Amino acid sequence: MRIEARGLRVALKSREVLQGLDAAAYPGQLTAIIGPNGAGKTTLLKAFAGLLAPSGGAALIDGRTVADWQPRALAQALAYLPQERIVHWALTVRAVVALGRLPYRPLGAGESAADAAAIEAALAAMDAAHLAPRPVLELSGGERARVLVARALAQAPRALLADEPAAGLDPAHQLTLFRHLAALAATGRTVVVALHDLSLAARFCHSIILVHDGRAIAAGAPQDVLTPGHLAAAYGITARYHTLDGVPVVLPVDVLP
Amino acid sequence: MSLLPARARTDIAPPVLLGVLAAAVAAAFLLSLAVGPSGFGFGPGGEAGALIFWEIRLPRAILGALVGASLGLAGAALQGYLRNPLAEPGLIGVSGGAALGAVLAIHLGLAQLVALALPIGGLIGAGVAMLAVVALAGASGGPVTLILAGLAVSGTATALISLALNLSQNPFATVEMVFWTMGSLADRSLTQVWLAAPLMLAGMGALLLVGRALDALTLGEDAARSLGVDLVGTRWIIVAGIALCVGAGTAVTGVIGFVGLLVPHVLRPFAGHRPGLLLPASALAAAAFLLIADVGLRLAQPWVELRIGVLTALIGAPFFVWLVLKTRAELAP
Repeated sequence: MRIEARGLRVALKSREVLQGLDAAAYPGQLTAIIGPNGAGKTTLLKAFAGLLAPSGGAALIDGRTVADWQPRALAQALAYLPQERIVHWALTVRAVVALGRLPYRPLGAGESAADAAAIEAALAAMDAAHLAPRPVLELSGGERARVLVARALAQAPRALLADEPAAGLDPAHQLTLFRHLAALAATGRTVVVALHDLSLAARFCHSIILVHDGRAIAAGAPQDVLTPGHLAAAYGITARYHTLDGVPVVLPVDVLP
Repeated sequence: MSLLPARARTDIAPPVLLGVLAAAVAAAFLLSLAVGPSGFGFGPGGEAGALIFWEIRLPRAILGALVGASLGLAGAALQGYLRNPLAEPGLIGVSGGAALGAVLAIHLGLAQLVALALPIGGLIGAGVAMLAVVALAGASGGPVTLILAGLAVSGTATALISLALNLSQNPFATVEMVFWTMGSLADRSLTQVWLAAPLMLAGMGALLLVGRALDALTLGEDAARSLGVDLVGTRWIIVAGIALCVGAGTAVTGVIGFVGLLVPHVLRPFAGHRPGLLLPASALAAAAFLLIADVGLRLAQPWVELRIGVLTALIGAPFFVWLVLKTRAELAP
């Protein structure tokens, strides 16, 4: 599914967070949205997910304005993972993943065979099948992050929007999670993540959108976006883009005066 | 990977859970019909027995089941919507409004003039309270504005009930008003039951619709909306549903506390903590609980005349003590 912002403007309270942003994410690609705190990364993801209404311009899913989608059809096509890994009640892991099937379940109906298959497949894809009977509140941060991605996968979406999916995870869990996200993109889905870790973005993402002050100031392949000039303009830092053992690394060196 | 063993699960398969609870309601209902000061059985026979059955025991049993189910369902719905296990239906102000309406009907002397003035006063009070909460809380703003609006309305109702008691010149009216705030299932007529039952059933039907939305809200408001849930619609269904079932119930029985807080809380682990499944489970369990509590009252009647609202409070208060101790133990290092 092609996800696109055209001259997108979104105002929160009185502040215009997105000020005419143009960007696109494509099927089969893992796309990162990067930018400093407050640049509008979360706002952009929420506008794509239909959670925030534009005050100008448009957010488009497959060429149609998000607001034109039926809520149920949109929920079947697109999954959204908020930054906070909220689970309010002590549900089992399986019950949490089963919540991803709500958009497919008619009122009052129980779990269908298709639901069960989608839940098992989502758990397996995130290496979480063994966690299924555990109460989700007892899991470690890395396990909970994987379970919540599995919940989004159970939605059988063609696009996944994830806000800081690797935040707070140790390096091993970050790598595992991004390998999983890259694998999802390889199945033809559109995967968009908001991200602070520039090295993760450089290593795993096919395409990067750099947001600064509510606009996309650069977009494209990692090596074209993560240039010293762009990083200085957006973050106010000097940084080096290296390749170590074939792995791209972005090293922030200093804050510009 | 954690080395913790998979903890033993307390949840029960939904059909089994609901089946067992439904059987408990049926048993408690029959018990309620059979027990009373005039003896055990379904009418000792003769005209007096039939009268006792149709005019005293049947309305009391129907009311006990419906009011219990309303309180349990409303409590479970509100706890799920607010994602707070300490919420109870009185929080959104409709039971306070219903009590105020009934108290005013007594204070103004209407209760002596018109037979149904009390429940009708209660219904009007509940309706006004609901409109006030809706106007104050607004469509957006989430749980916080709803709680604040409910507190404002129930606080106002409590203040005005105190004022009516303070200004009351007639000691009999004062006693009647005080008793009303304690809640009772005794001596209600079938007419009163027919007045409140359709409203309670409509409210319960509405609340049973929000199960999916409450399940989705487990993941927070943004994730719930991304799963296709209409949060504004959910909010209004919950407010209207609680106003109908708890408002109409309170209008007939007076205020019965703690049931709507205690029952969903106790039942949650058995429903696998799923807020949607907790709705019907909590409704059934609370109906059985109130019926059995009411039977207990009748058995104690030769020695002490207790009101059901007092009994539920007497059961509810130690429950809170237990809850504090349990929470302390869980939070201990």
